[in-house]
Amino acid sequence: MKICVLVKEVPDAAVQKRIDPDTMRLDRSGEKNLNPFDTHAIETALQIKEGGAIPVEEVVAVTMGPDSAVRALHKAVALGADRSVHLSDDALVGSDVCATGYALAKVLEPESPDLVLLGQQSDDGECYTIGAVVADHLKMPSLTQVVKLDVADGKLRCERQAEYGYDTVEVELPAVISVGDAINEPRYPSLKAIMGAKKKPLDAKATADAGIDSGMVGEPGSKTAVLALNPPPAKQAGEIIEDEDTNETVEKIVAWLDERKLL
Amino acid sequence: MDFELSDEQRLLRDTVREFARGEVAPVAEELDRTKSFPYEIVAKMGDLGLMGIPFPPEYGGGGADTLSYVLAVEELARVDSSVCITMAAHTSLGTMPIHLWGTDEQRSEWLPQLCGGKRLAAFGLTEPEAGSDAGNVRTTAKLEGGEWVVNGAKQFITNAGTEISGCVSITAVTGKTNGRKEISNLVVPTGTPGYEAGEPYRKMGWNASDTRPLAFQDCRVPEANLLGRRGDGFKNFLHILDGGRIGVAAMGVGLAQGALDEALAYAKQRQAFGQPISKFQAIQMKIADLSAQIEAARLLTWRAALEKDAGRSFTLTAAQAKLITGRLAVRASEEAVQIHGGYGYIEEYPVCRFYRDAKILTIGEGTDEVQQMVIARQLGC
Repeated sequence: MKICVLVKEVPDAAVQKRIDPDTMRLDRSGEKNLNPFDTHAIETALQIKEGGAIPVEEVVAVTMGPDSAVRALHKAVALGADRSVHLSDDALVGSDVCATGYALAKVLEPESPDLVLLGQQSDDGECYTIGAVVADHLKMPSLTQVVKLDVADGKLRCERQAEYGYDTVEVELPAVISVGDAINEPRYPSLKAIMGAKKKPLDAKATADAGIDSGMVGEPGSKTAVLALNPPPAKQAGEIIEDEDTNETVEKIVAWLDERKLL
Repeated sequence: MDFELSDEQRLLRDTVREFARGEVAPVAEELDRTKSFPYEIVAKMGDLGLMGIPFPPEYGGGGADTLSYVLAVEELARVDSSVCITMAAHTSLGTMPIHLWGTDEQRSEWLPQLCGGKRLAAFGLTEPEAGSDAGNVRTTAKLEGGEWVVNGAKQFITNAGTEISGCVSITAVTGKTNGRKEISNLVVPTGTPGYEAGEPYRKMGWNASDTRPLAFQDCRVPEANLLGRRGDGFKNFLHILDGGRIGVAAMGVGLAQGALDEALAYAKQRQAFGQPISKFQAIQMKIADLSAQIEAARLLTWRAALEKDAGRSFTLTAAQAKLITGRLAVRASEEAVQIHGGYGYIEEYPVCRFYRDAKILTIGEGTDEVQQMVIARQLGC
């Protein structure tokens, strides 16, 4: 079995995010890091490999991004991926989710993975959708927001976070699965693995190498038009219930929850 | 001049940062309050390779450079100085002499278990009457029947009294040459009869780190436990202290940065007179000054590390860095407490611990006055 993990370089969580008003895109300058959700996807892949229920020949980290994105791949292989693929090309700049999903699918095609894993969301764009787009191009089933995953008899049994509780879904391989951060506790890369990261194979590809139609990526290939961007509305002030008599307080809280049909 | 970190340095720094936040920060207050040695954290750091960063991979070390080590120390001290000094004293004081002057046998015996964090190494230089005047060693070692017989006492020794302490490298007078004391280094394994670690000190800070006096009474170790050449002990240990200063300087940078992190976060959240106190100029000036001074201190410390890695003399820069960063750590933690107001005096906030932990940085591994002496001497005074 071969597992490909899609990873992304994102602005570090400590960096305050802002939209560049000129480009209407997220300002991605400053410190960057591997998307934290993707570290859970890598951990999932490593646990399948180490679990031994199904032999895993290879875990391959795949990214699309500028030169600096190679650092996200270094971290991925330091965490335990066996090799990595870096898709980078000026023609890709400005790709929206659909264009990015198409480009990533073109890189994945020749790899013929049995399983594609990714974090359910990126820490920057937070679209949650890239997995579904990739799956559509690869003609594979897709599951999102998976928080538990077991491999058995060549199938996956997944628990998917739903609005209320969990859905248990069985899916045939190959498949594209996006995972939530509740699925596992990612390991830290060891110093030895960090020092050895650059020794693992890294395959750099341009759009032409991957057979990507340049008209379907970058700004020309992106159909998303950003008309306006606004900060999220300020949170409404909550209701504070003073605890004078605990029985009364409990009643008030229950009534409050009941009113909103939360019980 | 290149201020860019390598990919490996950056990844190590980020990893230790995440480790410090994820594994150390949640227990730092409790470890300090209960004065508990951080065994679990040391084991985890050992697994990650953080207990042997600059040592050769063939002996289980990380094979990383001094700057990588500095980055790791900074990130740990930013969160907890007790954990940090445990790692730093183990690495640049305890293990380094065995790496630098050990025979193949000594290195094969000790380095793998020390680098893996299975055992801890200590450095026994300071004595009741030999602190800044480190040459005034009273501990003696006499060669008798193929064994060194050690008698004397050491004090303020880190890492010698834990359940996983492996050995201490000491200085001892092994004779006289031309009327002068001949000082040599010996490795004394924990558990050797006649070698005992005393009760832990009651300290102002660094509460979760292990610091004790050591006593040697007719303690016998094999002749082969001589570390380095006989008579080179004092010179060799001064060299270790030179390098150790870079680590302690990194602790100062890290602690100051941690104090600023806390102060900034608090100032943005604490409201007074209808706005966050970070909007008041009096607070802004403190934060701005600290930020500028920390960056300057960091660059000086990094430069000392780069000089060491380049094989150049780093005595001057390391002493300058140690002098600047210790004082900065004290000032930064004091300002951070001040910004927290009354809450800064309460132990629930980390700045209270930072304030107590900072003071030793102007004393340990050479007092400020010794650094000034070293610097003045380097300048030709």
